[in-house]
Amino acid sequence: MSTVGAAFRASVPVLFGYVPLGMAFGILFQNLGYAWYFAPLMGLAVYAGAAQFMAVGLLAAQASLFEVALSTFILNSRHMFFGVSLLSRYRARGLKKLYLIFGLTDETYSLITSTHPPAGHDEQNYYLALTALNQTYWVTGCALGGLFGASVQFDTSGMDFALTALFMVLMLEQWKKLREPYPFAVALLCGLTALWLFKEQMLLVSIGLSIALLLLRTRVRQVAS
Amino acid sequence: MNDTGYLLLVFLVMAVATFITRLIPFVAFRDRGDHPLLLYLGRYMPPAIMTLLVLYSLKSLDLTQAPYGINELLALLLTSVLHLWRGNALLSIFAGTLFYMAAIQSGWFV
Repeated sequence: MSTVGAAFRASVPVLFGYVPLGMAFGILFQNLGYAWYFAPLMGLAVYAGAAQFMAVGLLAAQASLFEVALSTFILNSRHMFFGVSLLSRYRARGLKKLYLIFGLTDETYSLITSTHPPAGHDEQNYYLALTALNQTYWVTGCALGGLFGASVQFDTSGMDFALTALFMVLMLEQWKKLREPYPFAVALLCGLTALWLFKEQMLLVSIGLSIALLLLRTRVRQVAS
Repeated sequence: MNDTGYLLLVFLVMAVATFITRLIPFVAFRDRGDHPLLLYLGRYMPPAIMTLLVLYSLKSLDLTQAPYGINELLALLLTSVLHLWRGNALLSIFAGTLFYMAAIQSGWFV
């Protein structure tokens, strides 16, 4: 199988998650009254699911550019943590590396850290293919939503559960690889606490807390030994 | 301001803001990718983040109201059991998603 073929196989669940979600965005965006192609253009230039949904509200309210910048930055600041664990994986250089970083969504991060290219294939090309395929699915969804809007007949509700199922499967894959309960237990604890206390910033808070607890463990170990 | 101009400026601002959040660690830890603490995080963060993404994708569930998250619970159970049994990611994800779509669209557990 080719590298792109392997990446396609690994990313099919994202296809089934991103297309209906992108369509939902396109339909929502259409209500603002802009031409349809601005929805996929946004998917191409910005490429951030949650932030694009947020932007519909900001655009409707004619928010200031400063407000747009600040709320986008806060909403996406969890991505800062992703890169920390990818430093040794991303060895591509130049434009390739910049694109890998540009396209680092939750789903792309998950596939890159939890799946592997077939033996003998270049890892960096596999990462690039995953990133580009995922963005293609998202832009396609945005375009379909913007073009056809509410006239779509097929009921896609529930299809985006594919992303929840994908995260679940990749979590199990991580478990098979690691066989250590600590990071899972820490995340469960921090995640539930953040859901309870800081629902709107759940990911940012829980990822930050989890990293703190993970680092604390190395410190405790050092002191103990 | 011209409406399309405003829209394009918003795109530009959002693209830059998003890119910066993704770029920061690569700039901040340039040349330090092999620091033991960063290698440690590279190993332990993915399992933690996967767990958090499962929880996050269920954040709009209301467990205090019917059907009490039963659709999600059963679909995730089906996905997990299939995955631990057959180890085929696509099969597990498709089965779980099809079950979930059927369950909510035909209101099995309303």
